[in-house]
Formats: sequence, structure tokens, C-alpha cells
Amino acid sequence: MLNGTRRFGAMIIAAAIVVGACSSAAATPTAAPTDAPTAAPTTAPATDTPAAGSPTVAPTSAATFKCTGGSITVAGSTALQPLVDAAAKQYVKDCPTSGAVITVNGGGSGTGLSQVSAGSVNIGDSDVTAESKLQPADAAKLVDHIVARQGWIVVTNKDVTGVTNLTTQQNIDIWTGKITNWKDVGGVDMKIVLVFRPASSGTRATFKKLVLGNATEATGGQTLTEDSNGAVTTAVTKTNGAVSVIGFAYYNDPANKPLLNGLQLDGVDATVANMASGTYKLAADGHMYSNGQPDGLTQMFLLYMLTPAVQGTLIPSLSYAPVVK
Amino acid sequence: MTAVASRAAGGPGDSKPSLKGKAARGSILADKAATVVLWGTGVLVLAILGGIIVHFAMAAWGVVSLNFVFGDPSDTNLGGVFPVLWNSIYMLGLTMLIAVPVGILGGIYMAEYARETGILGKLTTTIRFAEEAISSVPSIVVGLFGLILFVDNFKWGFTALSGALALTFFNLPLMTRLAEQALRAVPQDERSASLALGATKWQTIRHVVLPLAIPGLITGVILTAGRVFGEAAVLLFTSGIGTPAHYNFMNFDLTSPASPWSPLRPATTLSVYIWKLNSEGLGAFKNQIVDGSAAILISMVLIFNLGARLLGRVLSRRLTAA
Amino acid sequence: MAQMTTAYHAPGLRAKRSFMNRIDAPQIVVLAAAASMIFIVALLLAFIAWQGIQLFVKDGVPVSQIFSSTWQPDMTSPNVSFGLLPFIAGTVFVTVVALLISTPVSVGLALFLSEVAPQWARAIVQPALEIFVGIPSVVWGWLGITILVPFLSSTFGSDINLGLPVVGTLITIPGFLTGFSWLAGSLVLSIMIVPTITSVSYDAFRAIPQELRTGSLALGTTRWQTIRHVLIPSALTGVLTAVVLGMTRAAGEALAVQMVIGNSPSMPAAISQPVTTLTSQITLDMGNTVFGEPWQDALWTMSLVLLIISITSVVLVRLINKRRMGA
Repeated sequence: MLNGTRRFGAMIIAAAIVVGACSSAAATPTAAPTDAPTAAPTTAPATDTPAAGSPTVAPTSAATFKCTGGSITVAGSTALQPLVDAAAKQYVKDCPTSGAVITVNGGGSGTGLSQVSAGSVNIGDSDVTAESKLQPADAAKLVDHIVARQGWIVVTNKDVTGVTNLTTQQNIDIWTGKITNWKDVGGVDMKIVLVFRPASSGTRATFKKLVLGNATEATGGQTLTEDSNGAVTTAVTKTNGAVSVIGFAYYNDPANKPLLNGLQLDGVDATVANMASGTYKLAADGHMYSNGQPDGLTQMFLLYMLTPAVQGTLIPSLSYAPVVK
Repeated sequence: MTAVASRAAGGPGDSKPSLKGKAARGSILADKAATVVLWGTGVLVLAILGGIIVHFAMAAWGVVSLNFVFGDPSDTNLGGVFPVLWNSIYMLGLTMLIAVPVGILGGIYMAEYARETGILGKLTTTIRFAEEAISSVPSIVVGLFGLILFVDNFKWGFTALSGALALTFFNLPLMTRLAEQALRAVPQDERSASLALGATKWQTIRHVVLPLAIPGLITGVILTAGRVFGEAAVLLFTSGIGTPAHYNFMNFDLTSPASPWSPLRPATTLSVYIWKLNSEGLGAFKNQIVDGSAAILISMVLIFNLGARLLGRVLSRRLTAA
Repeated sequence: MAQMTTAYHAPGLRAKRSFMNRIDAPQIVVLAAAASMIFIVALLLAFIAWQGIQLFVKDGVPVSQIFSSTWQPDMTSPNVSFGLLPFIAGTVFVTVVALLISTPVSVGLALFLSEVAPQWARAIVQPALEIFVGIPSVVWGWLGITILVPFLSSTFGSDINLGLPVVGTLITIPGFLTGFSWLAGSLVLSIMIVPTITSVSYDAFRAIPQELRTGSLALGTTRWQTIRHVLIPSALTGVLTAVVLGMTRAAGEALAVQMVIGNSPSMPAAISQPVTTLTSQITLDMGNTVFGEPWQDALWTMSLVLLIISITSVVLVRLINKRRMGA
């Protein structure tokens, strides 16, 4: 892990230096003041997940970002997809003469890990580490690139009034089925309807670990399971007394925010600033895995993810937190 | 024919001696009630379909415009759906490119050559069984099959080709069956006449049976196309779920994944796009885009069906006139 | 649509052509095209079966375990169990209710089209049904979410007591806490399978010789009596075929169902509560699991179960029709 972060440090310095020298004819990346990030190559992003001890991480020749052509496919985590999608579009805009084609697919963290492992895609996005999903031998072949911090927020239907904050203990009681009415946590007299993500999803696993302390969640006919942030939002808005957990990027989206009540966790506002400072605990790293050491456009796109154009501008605008300051 | 029989059945109840009295009145009442109920089912179906069309017409009002149909997707405003609509059409074309010839050839065998007895009869039975089996396999299972065979084993990844082949597998039985029907509908006399003139069986098929079957074949192609166009579950696992930004249609390099003409690129279709927006959509216009896309899909289905009917009618008139 | 049944009773036109014994080149080509479907089925069966048994072969899960009702596929959980019963039961229950709603309507519609409707009405309803077939399942699901689900929860929010005046309450259906439910799934499916059941039953009614109708009517029976006592009994096997085909379609439908049934991975308890099905669980978990992990192997086992259901139904249809031919 240390290896990994050191490598990123090196990469980002290099990236910052070269970013201006990007393909000559092309306009310099819009939001990348060349001098900005050289300031402090921050060592470690606040990671609480035991980030991939990617064994193959050997700081090869300090690669530097430069506009490169080619075509790659990225697939995986839907939580990271808004960011990767936007970054891919911005890359193409910043490197107009490179002719680069970056196709971003969703599919889920498992798809990302499976497909990058099988060599069907160039980069696999995941909310969770490869080690937690793949066989050790397969995981060892992948190289982890942590590109952002992502946070999740507990949300309820608008009709759940009187509740603005849930403590960790209240969350445990609600999600394990001990508390079944909002009045028991200071809200209106209304039954609680739990809206889960599938047990296999990264969001569910992260929430279970960081908030529920691995307590076993309630099951049964009065709980819903929806497979994505969008479907969860729909289910919460259409169900009285519903509660669920969605990613910041989706919560802060203009389509969703007016329809949901976002709750504090242990009295801490679910904001990017609080996530970045580490006071808001429901957050985890967003991983982009390559199969072996990346090269060509794969390498350059992964480096690009760490340039100021992405870390300084794109990431905050999409409600993620940068891993490089 | 039925209409005549039914109309006759409506009235004559009490003129028959066996139906006089209370029992008769009861059964006539039951008959009236049944007629009303049966008409009700017809009205119900039309009402549901009408309701759906009106619903989407209203929902799509103000959403679907030329800009929406021919524009590129956007995160910040309504944008358009052209790349995904293009993908739907492209996938349709790619699928039909394989399914139509193979389906028609298979149909020729089933209509003209297949035996019902002996070893070849066994083969016919097996083919029919296979045909029915593929038709009944859930589309999601076909999608998973495509995932494991094309995406993983062949290492094609999530590409239009993977999706189109999975769709071909899925629709080949339908195409074969419709082709067989179209060929069977050609009167036997036409064949006998041609054979009597000394033509070989294959010459007869090529120059007599196939031309006469064209209206039916075209109807079959269009009906199959309608099914391909709306399919999503097969493609979810084979051709990818993404948002293409902009296609450069002047890029004819078939090996470049940037070319909208290339089969070796991910291709999110309109149906898959609806699924994607519902699951991971962002932006204030998400729901309008879904409504608009659904309206386009339904319009296409309407066009396919009405088109198949009209074309079939026109062609058969022209061919019979000739 | 009308093509669905013809495959089962192909007319015996072949006899006339017995002189064509020579095998020529075109014949081999068309035979290969037709036989490609056997190849596809074999390939599909082989791949899905191979993947589907990995749960037992590679992961060492006893086959009996899939009939348990405990679904706990997370390898880190203390009591790992791959019980598929909730999904199989969900699929069966959702399908059965959909058939209960859809069959009377569809058979009624088939009777309407074949016995009652004047030419002009048939000319409207039949194309309408074909358009029904063409409406993509994501659109049905979207309609379910935007119209049906909110309607169910806002209209039937409190407990529903079904009973008789004197006896009192017989069953209490808990109110719809959420519209995402077994009933929502069944309703969406019931609409989606109307064209299948209708077209196949319609073919069955049309296949009844006209003499049976005129004979019955000549005896002075009303049209309804003819339908009840003559037409329905003689078309029974055809209607049964229609129901089996509708069932297959319903059990295999994925996206529309997944969008509206709430996907709660536990045994179905009430029609107003969320349940899950084989197809919806595959949709939910496939993207989040990785190839080769027992969890995903269990999803492949679910697809194998789906495949077995559909192949069984094809065999069932064949048996039904063989009996009809024999009778």
C-alpha cells in the first residue's frame, strides 16, 4: 500500500510537470494550472480500507502523463462511474489530437474485477479491493490505482419528518430490525421500510462494515432490495417511511436531492469536506484496477485521473474527494 | 365465416322449442352476459394499449423533438439520444445480417426438404425441438450465455458483435419459423407446375417458391426486427452499459472502437439506456429522457408492425397482379 | 403470433415428394442452416450446465442445499448457505398469480376474436396485440414503477380483510407498505403474457371444425352454451399449451419484474410484500460478483434452473400435443 501511494506521489509530480506540455497543438487541459500541484505530493490519502497490497507494485520508471492515443474500455463500479465517465470525456477534450477512445461501462464492481482479470477490459473499477473478491492468485495479477474517495449518505423519504441525524447505534438498531418505527428515533409515527442494495454490492459491504459493525441486517417480506443508486432513489421516493444509503454523487444530483432527506451520521454532516477530513466515516476508496502494470492509454488515463484537472476540479464538482491535494 | 355463424347464433334462441320457458330465458341471459364479457376483454386490451400510448404521448410531449432524436446525450440538460438510437439500429442491422439469411435457408429446409419419417424425420423432430427450446429460453439466460461465450471465452469484450450474436441466437428460431410459414403458404400447385416443366427442386424453390413467398418473408423479417429492437436483458451482459458521447459518422475505420460502424465497440442500445438511466441515471432530466426514449421505442414498434402489414399487403398485391 | 402453434402440428405435405431422394448441394446448405439451431441449443445447454454445476463440483456445495430456504452466499458470513428455495418459490408464486389473472382474460379474448368479434373489431384488436408483444420489457417495468407501484401503495396502504358477510374475515392481507410487491410483479407479467396465451388459444379455437359449431347451434343452444360445452372442451389441450407457453414467458422475464417486485431474498409471505425471483436475483447480483466465486456460481445454478424450467415446458407442450394428436 505504501508502495502504491509513493508511486502515485511520484506520478502526480511528473504529471503536473508534463501536463502543460501535452500534445502541442492541443489547448492545455482547461483546468490544469501547471504549477498548482507541485506544492505538496501528499503521501497517503486517508484510507481506512486496507488498500490492496498489490504485490506487483514496483515503482517502474516514473511515468509521466502525456496525451496518448489508442482505445481502452473501462468497466465496473456504478458508484465510480459518474467520475470515470466525466474524466474520460474530459480527457478526450483535453487531448483532442490524440484520437483517444475511452469507453466507460458500468456493470458493477464484480463485473469490473472479473473482466479486467479476464483481460476483456483494460481497467476494472471497484468499490472494494480485489483481494476481498477474487482468488488470491487472480488478485495478485491486478494493480490497484486509488483515484478518489467516495462517500455514502443515509437518506429517507421526504415524509419522514423530525429525523435529521442517526447515530451509529440507531443505524444498527434500524437496519437489524430492532427499531421498526421512526418515532423511536425521534421522528413521526411511521413504519420504517428498509431499502437495501444487494448483499453483493460494494455499497452494502462498506455500510455494513463501517456503520453496522458487521451486524446481520434484517430480512423478510417488508424489506426491499434495489440494484443501483437510481433504483434505490426511486424506491425510497415512492415508499412512505423508506430509508436507504446512496452515494454522494447521486444524492447531490439535481434529479435526486429534492426528493430525499439526507441524514447526518453521528451528528456529522455528509459533506465532501467532512469526508475529506475524515470526520465523516461512511466513505471508502474508489479503485481502478489494471491487469499488470498499465501501459499506453491505460497508463495515461490512470495518470490523468490523478492530475489536477481531475483531482482539483472534476472530483469536487461530482461530490467525490480527491486523493491528491 | 365465423362472423356469419356467430351472427346466426345470436338470435334464434327462442324460436327453438327446446329453449322455451325460464331455463331458456336464463340461458339467453347468460349468453348476453357472456357476449358483453367477451367484448369487454377486447375493449380492455385496446384500453390498456390506448392508455399506454396516450401516457407516453403526454409524457413525451415537450421532450421528444428533432433535437432529442438527433442530439447527443448530455449531463446537464435534456440532450438527445441519437448515439443509443443509432446503436439500436446498428445492432438490429448486424443481427439481421446473420439471422435473416440463416433463418430463411433454415425455413427452406423445414418447408421444402424436411421429412417426417425415417432418420431424417428424427432430425426434423430434433430441429423443431431445438427451435422451440431456444424460443422458450429466458432472454437473461441467453445474455449470460453470450457473456461467457463471446465476452469471456472469445475475449471480444462488451461489443456490438457479442450482443448481436447473442441476439441472433435468440431470434433465429423465430425467423426460421416465420420463413417456413411464408414458404408453406405458397400454393402446392405452383411447385407442381414448375417441376412438371422439368425444373429441378432447387430451381423451383429459387425461381418460383421464394419470389412468391417474399411478402410473407418480409413480414417475418420485420416482426423479428421488432423483437430485436426492444430487447435489453440479452444485451445487458454482452454489449455493454455506457453512455456514448458523440459519434463521428465519417470514421469508417471498422477496426477503430471510435467508429460508429465498427462491430468491435461497446454499443448501448435505447432499451439498455432506459435500464441504465433507471439504475444509474444522473441529471435533472433523467425521467424525461426515459419517457422520451420509451416513447421512441414504442413508436418504432408501431412503425415496425404497421410497416410489416402495409409492405406485406402492397407486395402481395403487386406480385399477384404480375 | 399465429405462428406459435403451427410448429407443433406440421401438415404432412412431405409424402408427395418422396421422389426427391437425391441429396444435392442446396439441400446440404439449407439443412445446415436449420440444423444450426440444434448446435446452438447444444452449446447453450453445455455452457450453462457446466457453469451451473460448478457450485456443486468446484465449491463442494451439496445438491440438497439448494432446496433450503436460507440464502447466505457471502463467504465471510458465519453460516454460508446457498438455498435457492426463496427464488424458486418466488418465481413459481409470481408466475402462478400472473397466470390466474391473465388466463381468463386471454382465453376470453381468444374467444372474442374467434367467435364473437365482427371483422372490423378483429382488424383492430389483432394488430393491437402484436404491438403489445413488441413493447420492450424495460418499458413495462418503467410503467410499473411510475404508475402501478405508487397506485398500489397509496390505494391499499392499510390491511385488507377479505371475508364473507356471515362468516367474517377469512384472510387478512397486510397493507402495501410499499408498492414494490409480489402483486405488482404478477400484474406486470399478466399483461405481458396476454398476447402469448391469446394467440395460441386463438389458434386452438380456430382449429375446431366449423361443423361442430353449426351442429351445436342447430340443436338450439345459445352461443355461450356452444362455447362452454363444445368449443372450450375441444380446444382444451390447445388452451393448456397456451398457458404453459405463457408460464414459460412469465418465469423467464427478468427486467420488468426486477423493477417492480422489491427483490426481498426471503420466502414469499404475502401478496402485498416484496418477493424475489430467479431472474431478478441474477440481475441484481451478477454485476457485483466475480467470475468463479461461489456466489456467482450459485447465480449460474439459478440460470440452469431457469433453463431446466423452460426445456421442461417445451417437453410438456409436446406431451400435451401428442395426446391431442392421439385422441
